Amino acid sequence: MHEMVTTADRIDERVSQAAVEVRDVDFCYGSSLALEDISFDIPSSQIVAFIGPSGCGKSTLLRCFNRMNDLVPGARVTRGTIHIDGVEIHSPEVDPVELRRRIGMVFQKSNPFPRSIYENVAYGPRLTGVKDKGELDGIVESALRGSALWDEVKDRLEESAFGLSGGQQQRLCIARTIAVKPEIVLMDEPCSALDPVATAKVEELILELKKNYTIVIVTHNMQQARRVSDQTAFFYLGKLIEYGETSRIFSNPERVETEDYITGRFG
Amino acid sequence: MAKPPKAFATTGRSRKGEPLVWLTALGLTLGVLMTLWLLGLVVYKGCQTFWPDRLQVFEVKTDSGTEKVAGYEVLDRDRRDGDGNLHHEVQLFRGNVELYGEKFVFLDSSSIVSREQADDLLLVERLAGGNVIGRAKAIELADGSRMGPEDPSFEDELEALIEVNEDRRDELRDVEKFQIGKNSKRIKELELKKRLIADGKVGGSIPEIDAELEKLQAEYEELFAEKVKIEELMKARHLYIEAVDGREIVISGESLLHVLRPNEVGFFGRLGEMLRRIWNFLTMDPREANTEGGVYPAIFGTVIMTIVMSLFVTPFGVIAAIYLREYAKQGPFVRAVRISVNNLAGVPSIVFGVFGLAFFIYFVGGVVDGVFFPNAEEPVYKSGGILWASLTLALLTVPVVIVATEEALAAVPRGVREAALACGASKWQAIQRVVLPASLPGILTGVILAMARGAGEVAPLMLVGVVKSAPDLPIDVTAPFIHPERQFMHLGFHIYDLGFQSPDSEAAKPMVFATTLLLITIVVVMNLAAIIIRNRLRKKYATSSF
Ligand SMILES: Nc1ncnc2c1ncn2[C@@H]1O[C@H](COP(=O)(O)OP(=O)(O)OP(=O)(O)O)[C@@H](O)[C@H]1O
Ligand SMILES: [Mg+2]
Repeated sequence: MHEMVTTADRIDERVSQAAVEVRDVDFCYGSSLALEDISFDIPSSQIVAFIGPSGCGKSTLLRCFNRMNDLVPGARVTRGTIHIDGVEIHSPEVDPVELRRRIGMVFQKSNPFPRSIYENVAYGPRLTGVKDKGELDGIVESALRGSALWDEVKDRLEESAFGLSGGQQQRLCIARTIAVKPEIVLMDEPCSALDPVATAKVEELILELKKNYTIVIVTHNMQQARRVSDQTAFFYLGKLIEYGETSRIFSNPERVETEDYITGRFG
Repeated sequence: MAKPPKAFATTGRSRKGEPLVWLTALGLTLGVLMTLWLLGLVVYKGCQTFWPDRLQVFEVKTDSGTEKVAGYEVLDRDRRDGDGNLHHEVQLFRGNVELYGEKFVFLDSSSIVSREQADDLLLVERLAGGNVIGRAKAIELADGSRMGPEDPSFEDELEALIEVNEDRRDELRDVEKFQIGKNSKRIKELELKKRLIADGKVGGSIPEIDAELEKLQAEYEELFAEKVKIEELMKARHLYIEAVDGREIVISGESLLHVLRPNEVGFFGRLGEMLRRIWNFLTMDPREANTEGGVYPAIFGTVIMTIVMSLFVTPFGVIAAIYLREYAKQGPFVRAVRISVNNLAGVPSIVFGVFGLAFFIYFVGGVVDGVFFPNAEEPVYKSGGILWASLTLALLTVPVVIVATEEALAAVPRGVREAALACGASKWQAIQRVVLPASLPGILTGVILAMARGAGEVAPLMLVGVVKSAPDLPIDVTAPFIHPERQFMHLGFHIYDLGFQSPDSEAAKPMVFATTLLLITIVVVMNLAAIIIRNRLRKKYATSSF
């Protein structure tokens, strides 16, 4: 599981309880500062919710974890470190492709490939060199079961993924992500385009996934954050304002901005 | 009673833009009409070429009484002569070149005494000399006796003669083209080898080769004798035709192709004749300086060249576009490259022809010849050929493919790319398995445009391998079957050659229209094929509607 980590790379065993450690991170798009002085830990096998008003940098931070921001010209971490499983992800020996295999991501807008349902889910495993048809079938089935889509699509696996409804497409994207068997799953507003029924299904799924994965979820839906997450981080204007147990943040926030935001007084 | 107020004004200032809409509609209408007119004309004239017209006998006044001439009307028109008087005249196809010298004649309407359709007129097609119009007079039988048309078995004899000659022509072609061809090729090879041995360049025994050469020479003489025998057999039979003015025309069996009685056959008979003519047009070799016969070699050349061109241009253009769009560092340099590529599409095509001649033929062809055929007497690759023509056209059309591919790549949604990368794909894997399939329809659109442009291009081809008449096809049954160095015929050039280079442009006119129609049809068919493939792919890789 930790092929990419040599023992020498591993830092203090005590802190590697945390799946992700963020320390003093500044992030810039070109010359404009998008994140400022972010520090916190994401514990293993927990669900962490990022909340905050639009444009406060939630997606930016999320995309730092799997180095998706590498694709954006001029975007970079200007200060601080991000350790995942004890390894600084920006260090030169970390291959972003390998990193992304271990840290899956589900996007805000569902983005299935223009291929069949089966091919969508089999894409990741194929990349890692799985060629055996039987093995692929098994992975596809368990991933689709894992995302609660199997019963709906088992008879039409060879059909185009675009024939699915929006909610089904989003669950297909989740299946595609977990088919790679990542350790951490990043979800950027996975339910923003879904109706309440589909949302409920995805939430159920997230709680189910928690058994095997560490999950970071960005959401604008306070109820959702409250329902699914163990920890909540509140961001405002590129800063981490408050971070802690979800139940405490929602019942007894320390900061007045947090309270204003979760009670809907601004944002 | 007060009128109810109108909710919205339906005229006046709220429709300010309307005249502009009309203008665009007008422009479109004009364009469509002109295209339809052109297509209609080409289709009408092209089909007319094949439709068998009724033959008429004209009685024409001459200085010394009247004279009869038979033929079919091609055109009637008004012409103003030198004195400003208007004449109405009729253009007639009368054939019988040995009698008249010209196949076509203009008759002044005022000089026509009478015209009638005579049932027993024949239209005889022959290999050389063009059509003959007249009445059947006699047929020469195998024993040298003559049989007149009054004999009840005359028709059968005539048919049998045509058929037997067809078989003999096939036989003759086999002997001439394949057997004698093979023989002389082998002789050439051996003679070359002999020379090389004499120069001491390769080992071998000259007497052995001499012996084989002698054998081949004997074989050649045998084949030649066979050829002469077949020809004699064909020449021994004749068909005698009497023109309407009473003069006789002798048609050798060797030249006799087909006989039709256009005034006796009904609608379906004429339809059948038209289909036969179309079939011959599509499958036969040209004759009579291309003005008669078919255009098969030109069709073949056009299609093969276009396909080979697409095979070159597609990978080349796609790879270039992928590099430009996905890998090259975007900046002033890449921008300059992109502008240059776009401008390449605007360079006159003859310039590409000159480039192809200089680079592909003289330089690359010269190097290839120097390395692989150092002993050849004539240049092999250092002369125009279908390979060089295809490559030149590929260069000409590559900007189209590059631009289309770049657009298609840019149109792939960012989300799909990011999803592929988030699954742990490397950049190349994402391009290969997700981005390229998604942009395939767009890429194919570029290829379709390139094919359409390439198939219709003529000017550069004249410099790099197209000829008026090529004896051999670039793909045939003689080893090594594919001959990329061979010169070839092309429909576009054929049109130019027929219409503007032919000694008898009047006779070639129908062929020009027919060939134009064919070229348009071929381009449309090839494009349709590509469009069908594209639509299949589009269905397979449909982009999200969500
Ligand atoms: N590609 C980019 N280039 C430049 N600036 C960007 C880019 N992406 C985001 N930003 C800026 O960075 C800041 C944070 O954006 P981010 O997308 O992280 O916000 P967010 O919290 O996810 O908002 P939302 O809830 O609306 O998704 C914003 O001010 C935004 O304008
Ligand atoms: Mg966001």
